[in-house]
Amino acid sequence: MSLEILGITVLWTFLFGYIIVGSVDYGAGFFNAYSIITKKEHILSRIIQRYLSPVWEVTNVFFVFFFVGIVGFFPQTAYFFGTIFLIPGSIALILLALRGSYYAFETYGSRGHKGYALMYGATGLLIPASLSIVLTISEGGFVSIVDGNPVLDYWALFTSPLTWSIVILSIVAVLYISAVFLTWYASKTEDKEATELMRKYTLIWSVPLIITAGGIVYELSFHNQEHFNRIIDVWWLFGLSSLLWLATAGLIWLRKSYGMAVWLMIGQFALAFYGYGVTHYPYLLYPHLTIYEGFTNEAMAISLVVVFILGFALLIPSLYLLVKLFLFDKEYVKGNKK
Amino acid sequence: MLFDDPVFASRMLTLLTLSFHIIYATIGVGVPLMIMIAQWIGIRKNDNHYILMARRWARGFVVTVAVGVVTGTIIGLQLSLLWPNFMELAGNIIALPLFMEVFAFFFEAIFLGIYVYTWDRFDDQRKHFLLLIPVAIGATASAYFITVVNSFMNAPAGFDMVNGELVNANPIAAMFTAAMPTKVSHVIVTAYMTAAFMLAAIAAFKLIKGSDNMYHKKSLHLTMKIGLVFSIATALIGDFSGKYLAEYQPEKLAAFEWHFETEEASPLLLYGILDENHETKYAIRIPFALSILAYGDPMAEVIGLNEFPKEETPPLVVHYFFDTMVTIGVFMIGLSLLYWLGMRRGWKFVKAKWYLWLIVLGGPLSFLAIEAGWWATEVGRQPWILRGIMTVDQAATTSDYVGLMFVMFAGLYFILGVGTVIVLRRIFKNNPVEKDLAKYNQGGDPL
Repeated sequence: MSLEILGITVLWTFLFGYIIVGSVDYGAGFFNAYSIITKKEHILSRIIQRYLSPVWEVTNVFFVFFFVGIVGFFPQTAYFFGTIFLIPGSIALILLALRGSYYAFETYGSRGHKGYALMYGATGLLIPASLSIVLTISEGGFVSIVDGNPVLDYWALFTSPLTWSIVILSIVAVLYISAVFLTWYASKTEDKEATELMRKYTLIWSVPLIITAGGIVYELSFHNQEHFNRIIDVWWLFGLSSLLWLATAGLIWLRKSYGMAVWLMIGQFALAFYGYGVTHYPYLLYPHLTIYEGFTNEAMAISLVVVFILGFALLIPSLYLLVKLFLFDKEYVKGNKK
Repeated sequence: MLFDDPVFASRMLTLLTLSFHIIYATIGVGVPLMIMIAQWIGIRKNDNHYILMARRWARGFVVTVAVGVVTGTIIGLQLSLLWPNFMELAGNIIALPLFMEVFAFFFEAIFLGIYVYTWDRFDDQRKHFLLLIPVAIGATASAYFITVVNSFMNAPAGFDMVNGELVNANPIAAMFTAAMPTKVSHVIVTAYMTAAFMLAAIAAFKLIKGSDNMYHKKSLHLTMKIGLVFSIATALIGDFSGKYLAEYQPEKLAAFEWHFETEEASPLLLYGILDENHETKYAIRIPFALSILAYGDPMAEVIGLNEFPKEETPPLVVHYFFDTMVTIGVFMIGLSLLYWLGMRRGWKFVKAKWYLWLIVLGGPLSFLAIEAGWWATEVGRQPWILRGIMTVDQAATTSDYVGLMFVMFAGLYFILGVGTVIVLRRIFKNNPVEKDLAKYNQGGDPL
């Protein structure tokens, strides 16, 4: 495997990690706020808070890791995406900042302020929407080079159906991933009411998920023919992903092995996400930048890989400890332990 | 409009974000060490006051960490958004420490989460103490790696430029630049110092407000001693930094000192103002001091600003920043030294209200010194973003709307700043030490 491929695989994996843990976090915030509006707060809030508190910072690091890593492995992305991503990037940053800090203010300071919870829920949907715009941009057609500098055509971007399809998919995916996870988590706490409620949400969001995902492939056939053809070449990856989606929804429907449902859901997204990534190859920004043009020098690439391996030797046991202490500690999950 | 120029607007937005972030970053680097020391002393002396101190500090700490994390994320991404050309070039050489910084941050975030949420999992406080070690190491390592990146910007190394192309990149050499040792140690030590004086200010304030609890007295005594040690270390490393500047960035040192003519036995200028003819007025001149600062030799020749092309000299305003930083540093050494001596010798005045008020003042002053020091070093690097290689004009984004983003981020930082103050006040107002102690002694869970 060439260093370019290794680099993008590592980064893609981290982005995937962020999408899963971030979605759980964003969706949980939304369901929490929704339960307050619909006066079902007593059912959901407790389990959501229990899960979120020890991990919210860690979620944030996945995101930082991705954008620091991509600048490291592919310095030219800083130039292209940095220049054109100023506005959506800044908006996402402001929302992330409000969300992260107010979560901490609320949890460690004054508990139970409704305004915070509602804002927390709203930002949870807006952040994925503003970040997912970068996926649209990378499909090409919105960036032109003027006087040697990349310029983003906002009008074309915001009137493109592809943009809105991706935005809607990102929101629906957040809600679905989060609902599946929280169904399982609630079942671990042996809280029947919360489990039932989350199960209902999972089923509600499973149908729009598959429709929007299919819609994007359809949009791509007009927007980026080359990418669309590559997707058709590996149709079986997406087919397998859809089967896993069916299996997940089926298990939840039958109220059977929620833990397995979470893994199937992760598998479903992994297949679709890597399928998307592989078919986007070799472009980072179609058609201006490929992973080969944008790659860093060899010395840097090798030292980054070495640091990456060492860093992981440190992180994996730490993450395992975190998960073991909170997520998989029966007594903690049930609320018997602080 | 003022912000029509993307270069100027990018500079201002970076200034704003960093000035706000370093307040929280300094707390983030310094406080874990204080918590660790308090917890350690509490275990060693078997004194509940210190254990409680660690808990209360940690409780306030997580609120500031949250803002530190999000503003750190902001500056991390803003580097690419506002300085895309710089990041493209720098990404080839300096990405390694940036990457390592994320690992350090990851490590800290994981163990801080565990530490805060396992107060009552361990019967043995020593086990709980162990969790603080990775937190403190992660916090300091973050500061280390990110300052390595900044050192590189001041003294680029680890590559060759051939016809404007960057070749022979050596990421390891780029990390160990000439600026690195003094810069990194100065940053870390001042963070420890500032955190200690901040906590001392809180304890002093409580004593002034009439709380006669031993807890606050112990807290004040501990933090003033730690502050004394680190403020002396700061001054020593500051002296080394002067020698580094004289050798490698003479134009910055000369701008700090309004030192225009190259001369031997140079005097050091304290304070003063500069008129339009570059004549200094009202300044205090300390003979030979600049030569001593620069080379450790009173007769040494120090290069003056006039030796450099005008477009490569930094703005002269940095003199004020530099003086502010040094003055506060010296004041804090004096204040903590007197306190320490006074407590040992039984001098009454160190317990007097007016002296406690000075200690309260010392907290915000230390933060002001941090800000002034960063402004001095960063503005003192103008017009370069990579000294001698790339100017800020070449590095900034070509995108419009940076001015608008400035306004939005200014609003955000205002909200976050006010929010922090309100939340911290509420936490500690509702849980005075007396209440926590009572709960703690009954075996309950304080906080």
